[in-house]
Amino acid sequence: MPDILEMVSVGAEEFRSGPMPVSPVSPKLWQQAAGDLARGQLTLLGLWADRGSVRMALFNSTTGKVGVLRTNARRGAFPSVGALHAPAQRLERSVQDLYGHVPEGATDARPWLDHGAWEVSHPLGKAEKAGETASYDFLPVEGESLHQVAVGPVHAGVIEPGHFRFTVQGETVVRLEQRFGYTHKGTDSLMTNAPVERGAKLAGRTSGDSTVAYAWAFAQAVEAALGATVPVRALWLRALMAELERLANHLGDIGAICNDAAFAMMLAQCSVLRERVLRACDGSFGHRMMRDCVTPGGVARDLDGTGRQMLLDLVADIRGTFPSLVALYDQTASLLDRTTGTGIVTPALAARFGAGGFVGRASGRDFDARRDLPYAPYDQLRFEVPCHAEGDVNARILIRMAEVEQSLSLITQILRQLPEGDLLAELPVAGEPREGLGLVEGFRGDILIFVSLDAKGRLANCHMRDPSWFQWPLLEAAIEGNIIADFPLCNKSFNCSYSGQDR
Amino acid sequence: MILQLFVQGIQMLLVVALAPLLVGIVRRVKARLTRHRGAPLIQPYRDILRLMRKEVVLAENASWLFRVTPYMVFAGTWVAAALVPTFSTGLQFSWTADLIAIVALLGSARFFLALAGMDVGTSFGGIGSSREMMIATLAEPAMLLTVFSLALVAGSTQLSHVSAYLASPEVGLRVTLGMGLIALVIVALAENARIPVDNPSTHLELTMVHEAMVLEYSGRHLAMIELASALKLLLYVSLIGCIFFPWGIAQPGDGLARHGLALLLYVAKLAVAGTLLALFETSIAKMRVFRVPNFIGTALMLALLGALLLFVTRSV
Repeated sequence: MPDILEMVSVGAEEFRSGPMPVSPVSPKLWQQAAGDLARGQLTLLGLWADRGSVRMALFNSTTGKVGVLRTNARRGAFPSVGALHAPAQRLERSVQDLYGHVPEGATDARPWLDHGAWEVSHPLGKAEKAGETASYDFLPVEGESLHQVAVGPVHAGVIEPGHFRFTVQGETVVRLEQRFGYTHKGTDSLMTNAPVERGAKLAGRTSGDSTVAYAWAFAQAVEAALGATVPVRALWLRALMAELERLANHLGDIGAICNDAAFAMMLAQCSVLRERVLRACDGSFGHRMMRDCVTPGGVARDLDGTGRQMLLDLVADIRGTFPSLVALYDQTASLLDRTTGTGIVTPALAARFGAGGFVGRASGRDFDARRDLPYAPYDQLRFEVPCHAEGDVNARILIRMAEVEQSLSLITQILRQLPEGDLLAELPVAGEPREGLGLVEGFRGDILIFVSLDAKGRLANCHMRDPSWFQWPLLEAAIEGNIIADFPLCNKSFNCSYSGQDR
Repeated sequence: MILQLFVQGIQMLLVVALAPLLVGIVRRVKARLTRHRGAPLIQPYRDILRLMRKEVVLAENASWLFRVTPYMVFAGTWVAAALVPTFSTGLQFSWTADLIAIVALLGSARFFLALAGMDVGTSFGGIGSSREMMIATLAEPAMLLTVFSLALVAGSTQLSHVSAYLASPEVGLRVTLGMGLIALVIVALAENARIPVDNPSTHLELTMVHEAMVLEYSGRHLAMIELASALKLLLYVSLIGCIFFPWGIAQPGDGLARHGLALLLYVAKLAVAGTLLALFETSIAKMRVFRVPNFIGTALMLALLGALLLFVTRSV
């Protein structure tokens, strides 16, 4: 009997340069993989479906290899991974909502994306007319003097919609249960049979603050599937944009987290810096968020001399101001009192969920796709991946602060070494169905995009897995035992994407 | 006598007229400190006008208590604010201007607000009321103890007496007074839902104290409550002003010109207090809810120490 661990054997250089091999497995082996996940031998990177099968992407952190398994959904069912490995639960529930494949043996049969507002059920599967909507029951909580606090989906601030159901005892949170799907846009369905160019636009609109990372991951997946060679200058410009995006988002986050502890000064200062980054992006790439700048085959925008100077000035500017903000944070005892020891995610939990980005790295999961599954041009750049073990709000802020400095250094290196050359290469025509995997480190963590192209080069299927899939559940764990008044602070320190997860 | 009635009437109108301005000053300075342009000083007036004109949206299960409370709170706070000498101690009703009466007026306003917070039965209202009461159970004794130690110094709990006595040159620098001032400032921060106890400008329902309680109010009801909280802030500023910084407050025998000067000085005091409050609020983060008892406990201990110190020094 073949071993699952041997199937997870695709190195970064392989899947980044050519089509991603997919191993078809029997339901029995599929279940064995779930067992390996539950034992912590593998990390789940994603779980998705098409009309006839279910796939999952796995990562072996000891060997640094990746693998994608596929099992047929026989009679519309497949063995549940979530029954053994909790991180797969929400992914399976959305597979069931969209395609109708039933995870057999799953402990949670409630819908996830389908709120009963669709006209059809299983829109990507059999697409039958929707029946009566069953009521959504939150998990029962029992005990003395408990009461529930329902927050959202519409919030007082201008933020994305999501529902949080707290069960509290006095001020202490006993359980938090999240409910999402309010921003489901049917992107998977829009992607089906779409040309690659349209797919790139859709990918760039999945989660607005990570548009560069998404567009890059999508481009990677398509380029790998077709075996395309991308001009070197385009790769470097992509990295430049990705670092600018990371910089802007981290600066915004640091200010916003402190503001949730009513320390408005930090927000004011950080917002100024973030605005400068966005303006510099607008000046150099023609769009504040750099949307649609990365396209399959290369980049749509070049960087000219003025833009380069603008970015150099920006780096100098932030290098001058940012250290004093770090010092302000470090020296404001009342602020540290709020962030230290609040909302702790244990390293074991972060590893189990394979949490990426600052959530994972603040809890001892030393993983960064730029370093551990390297892609050009990061293999030629020098940078460090900060890592803390405390797992509290403070650690997540410190990781962001360290990453701001790393991004500044990367931007300088890129600007110094930026090679000359073409921006865009024609995508080759494969003439046969191909599949490719894209994995890019966005500011929240690793974004996984898997595309299946048909013989005409159109998208047969595209799955985009936001890093938030493996971070939102950790927020439920982090708030347990904390007081409910600290939830906004914890939530902001995670800053997960609603839109990216709801798709 | 006529002047006293006149001054009392002016004071009644003055506190209502100036209260939104004080809020405007605090917001403006805070905005400037955090690199914003900030709304004009008269914005709070506009807000209240806007709310007055708006329709009231009532929860279906709201009782009469919910509708009556805004007016009760406003009336109670207004009377209390009108009793504190602002620019003149020669008030018609100064014989009722007892510190204990003021504490009681504010306490009953809070009592009704907390009841109204729970009336509609939303979880936020309940959270807000429970937090407000937790803070109040600590802030009220601290306030009363401060009142006692002041009364012991001045020999009266009547504010005009206290103010007049403390303005007189025979009062030197006293440790008790210093402790009383710090205690009263802490109580004022807690009672007025300021940072670090509460954040008046947050949109995060889960962290609110005062705002969570009044979350269900709208229209003229909300206007009344907003005006009442502005009045309360003004009251505490006036209180601290007339006890600890009584310079320039007109005495009963003074003429009109003296009263006019005192009025100007009072507005200046408000501006200084508003600026100081904004400065303090921008330089500190909000406390964790359960850290608040320690903070207000400090006020309680300081007030107690102040009172004890008086006895100790007297017996020597």
